[in-house]
Parts: sequence; structure tokens; C-alpha cells
Amino acid sequence: MLIWQNLVYALVLGSTYALMVIGLTMIYGILKILHIAHAGIYTLGAYVGLFILLHLSDNFWVALPLAMLASGLAGVLIYRGMYYYMLTKPRIIPLISSIGLFIALQELYRLVAGPYQKAFPAKFSFLSIKTEYLIVTSKQMLIIVLTAVFLLALYFIINRTKLGLGWQACSQDIEMAGAMGVNVNRVVALNFFIGSALAGAAGVLMALYRNSVYPTMGAVVAYKAFVVVVLGGFGSVTGGVVAGLLLALVETMLGSLEWFEFPRDAIAFLVLIFTLMFRPKGLFGR
Amino acid sequence: MTLGYALTIGVFIGIFTILTVSLNILTGYARQVSLGHAAFFGIGAYSSAILAVKCGLSFWAALPITIVITALVGVFLGLPSLRVSHDFLVLSTIGLNFIVVAIFNYFPFFGGSMGIIDIPMPRLLGRPLSNLEYFILTLSLVFLTVLTSYYLSKTWGRLAMEAMGEDEVAAKSMGINVPKFKIYAFAISSAYAGIAGSLWAHYVGSVFPHNFSFDRSVAILSMLVFGGMGTIRGAVFGAVLLRLIPEFFRFVENYRMLIYGGLLVLMIMFQPMGLLGKGSFIWNGIESLLSRLRSRGMRAVE
Repeated sequence: MLIWQNLVYALVLGSTYALMVIGLTMIYGILKILHIAHAGIYTLGAYVGLFILLHLSDNFWVALPLAMLASGLAGVLIYRGMYYYMLTKPRIIPLISSIGLFIALQELYRLVAGPYQKAFPAKFSFLSIKTEYLIVTSKQMLIIVLTAVFLLALYFIINRTKLGLGWQACSQDIEMAGAMGVNVNRVVALNFFIGSALAGAAGVLMALYRNSVYPTMGAVVAYKAFVVVVLGGFGSVTGGVVAGLLLALVETMLGSLEWFEFPRDAIAFLVLIFTLMFRPKGLFGR
Repeated sequence: MTLGYALTIGVFIGIFTILTVSLNILTGYARQVSLGHAAFFGIGAYSSAILAVKCGLSFWAALPITIVITALVGVFLGLPSLRVSHDFLVLSTIGLNFIVVAIFNYFPFFGGSMGIIDIPMPRLLGRPLSNLEYFILTLSLVFLTVLTSYYLSKTWGRLAMEAMGEDEVAAKSMGINVPKFKIYAFAISSAYAGIAGSLWAHYVGSVFPHNFSFDRSVAILSMLVFGGMGTIRGAVFGAVLLRLIPEFFRFVENYRMLIYGGLLVLMIMFQPMGLLGKGSFIWNGIESLLSRLRSRGMRAVE
């Protein structure tokens, strides 16, 4: 069945959107910063994963955690090195510097690793499904299951731990949370760490899926992830995840129509502009 | 460096000066930060190219029509700014840039990814313009742009735009028609970008969608931020300097976008008003130097 097969594609695409969007929406929820350079972290994750596969071990289960760790640390570095000094400035300033940083990061990857697409030679074994109706390769299965695991873990952190409580407090009123004894700096830094680690994971998974890593692989993701943030209603993790899956579904369905060749990315941006104009609180925003 | 090559660089510097000065009206005066300026530039270039190649119009006839078209498109594409502000407006302009490039790429009318080629050089007195004449044409259009935008900066309109940029609610309560001035800013800025696009199309002789990609919008904005938002001198200075540096240091060419990106971060962090903007350390130095010279001159007269 073609529909079920498309659903699998949509689920895979939606998983990467969801992993990207979590970091963005948490950062926007607390700091009100549109963190475009998040997609730079996504690419970083893919490159770190590639580096480990080529030079340390070709086992995927070694590469993924290390890439996530490196991405997380890079995210904290971006916060402490850049955004930290801009928290009181108009919101446009962190946005512009974020775009500048993203462009600079892309160029850095190109200069260091070369402009070419590189294969992603990860070794792993995972279950797969193959019936006459439906084929789910082990790569697709891995992405879907891992994303589900990450989302469950995140749900647990947000709702069951002290850190999660601090998060919720900070996203409601960061000054008040600080006054109540929440270590705001640590909460925000951890926020960047986890969000960036998930973005790095998204990069590794996408590199694995497409079997290619290249400097501009984050270019469209960078802006498209914001389409998802906007649709999901700014700062709501659940809304973001749902919107990510929805956007992926719509894109896949439109992409499977043969007569419809208008670029999918442009459609996503059209949706963004119309949502901002007519539902400025987002599709799922209150 | 041969003369012809220097003239070519000069033409491109002129085109980018027009672009930066035009973005200054939108982003410097009205504070509507746009990262989609390359889209307006592209619309100018494409309409000029189509008028020349498909309708057979001369450059001189196509230029005013292009200006009108880009101004109208500016009005239309400025509409989101009425509902969306600040950082989300920036996202929308980024989106606009991608959408416009996608339209150029998709519709056969615009030539798709093959673009439009064989755009003729403008003709004067029955023969095509030489390189030098084209440079002079560009230079005079740059002067026209700077002059008219200087005039604009002395009008009530600029005050209204700045007030609106500072605080929309306050501006509204002072009786400023905020939507009107937002649309004005978009239309004027877009019309100037149309001139730049027309100059580009007829000089290069071809237009392709990737000429007007998002990277170019980033480049234009970083030129403006580098020179100094809100001032014409800053806009001109930023465009000239950032276009000249890669010409003198060839090895820089490979790092061009790295530099643009890095500059954007560093300037916004440490010198948000740019090198020659109001309140920047260089401009403060120049002003105090000037006032000292002036007072010394006064004393000498006495």
C-alpha cells in the first residue's frame, strides 16, 4: 500500500523535525531567542559522527553518543559565548548574530571538511519489517524507535525531575524563577545542552539515512525547523513535535503527487508566512 | 589590474552600494530588518531581463517599468510586516527570499534553473555602451540613489519611519499612520533594489535563480551592519569596503561568506551601530576632530 509506505517516510522525516524542534522551542520558550545556528549544530553532529566512524570506530552505537555529547557542548558554548551577552538587548540582535554564526559555521565546515558530499559508513544491526505491503528498512526503524526513546526520556525529564520543574518555571517567568532560588544559568545551559544534543542526534540520523554529509545539509532545515516552531505555537514541546510530524506528512503526500513539482521547501515557507499573518499564536497556540 | 577589470569591479560596487542604501531605508530608518533583500534585487533583475529579451524593450524603457514593478511587488511583499513584527518579520523575509527563488526556478516563464540569457547591453546613439560608459551610468545611478535617499532622510517621512521603528504604539498615538509608512518603506526600498537588479541583468547579460539566493541577502545586510545602520555614509562605506577587500586579497575570496557571517556576529555584539554609524567610536572620533578643527579655525579668524 502506497499510503502506508508514505506514512513511514513521513514518520522518518517528522522524527528529524521533532528532534530539531525540541531544542529550538525550549530555547525560544525560555529566552525568546530564535536560534537559527541550531542547524549548525545539526551539521556538526553529522560531521563529528563521521569523524568518529572514520577514525575511532565504525560502530554506530559509539558514534551517536559521542556526536551528541560534542553537539551538546557546542550548544552550551554558543550560549555562554554569544547569547549570554545579548539577553537584555532587543530580540533582533541575537537573531541577526545567530544567522551570522550559522553562515560562518557552514563555511567553516566547508573549509575544514571540503565542499563535497561524503558517505556515512556506519555499521549497526537493527530490526526491519518486510512484508508484501510494507517495507521498513532497518535505518528507518532505527530513526523512528530512537526518536520515540528520546521523546519519552524528555517527557520524563520535563515532568518528573527537578530540572524539568526548573525549566517550566523559567519558561513562565525567568526573573521570578531566579528569585525563587532556581539556578537560572544552569537551567538555561542544560537546556542548550539537551536541545543541542538532540539536534546533533538528528544530524547523525539524517546523515545515516541519506548516507551523506555535506556542509550545507543544515541550510534548509535551519529555517524549516522554525516553520515547525511557529506552527507548534512557540515554546510548546508537544505542539512542536505534533507540528513536525504534520508538516512531514503534508510534505511527503504532496511530494508523492507526480504532477505537483513546486519545491516543498517553498511550500513550508508559504505556510509559515500565512500562519504568522493569520494565526500569529501558531496553529496550536493558545 | 587592467582598467577594464577595475571598471567591472566598480560597476559591481555601484550595484551593491545601491542595494545597501536601499536596505538602509527599510532596515536603518524604519527598523524593519529584512533578510530577503536579494528577492527584491532578483525581481528587479528578472523583470528587466524579461522586458528586454521577451518584449524587446531597450534598457532605457525597461528601467522605469522595472522600478514601477519592483515598487508594486514591494508593496505586496511588505504586507506581512503589517501583521508580523521583530524577529518573526525576519523569518518571514527569509521565507519570502526562498519562495521567490523557488518561483524563478519552477516556472518556465522565468526560464527555470537555466535562467534568462542574452540580455543585451544598453545602447546609446545606436551602439552598445562600452565598459567605461556603463560604469559612468552605474555611478550616476548611485549618485541619484544617494541623493534621493538623502532627500528622503531630511523629510518628515524619515522621522515618521524612525519613530515607528522605535516604538510603534507611541508613534501611532502621535498620529503617525504606521501601516502606511511601513508599506512606503518596503516600496521605496524595493524600487531602488529594482534599479540595482536592472543594472546587474544588463551588465552580466544573464540572470539565474541562484544569483538572488538567501546568501546574497545576508551579504547585503552584513554590508549595512558593518558600515552603520541608519546612515547613508555607513551604507555606502560598508558596500564599498566589503566588496573591495576580496579584490585586493585574492585568498579572501574563498572565505567571503565566512567573513560576512563572522562580521555580522562581531559587529552586532560589539558595535551594533557599525563602523560609521551614529555613536560608533570611529564616527565619534571624526566628529570631535572636526569640531576641534572648526574651533581652531574660528580662533584663527578672530
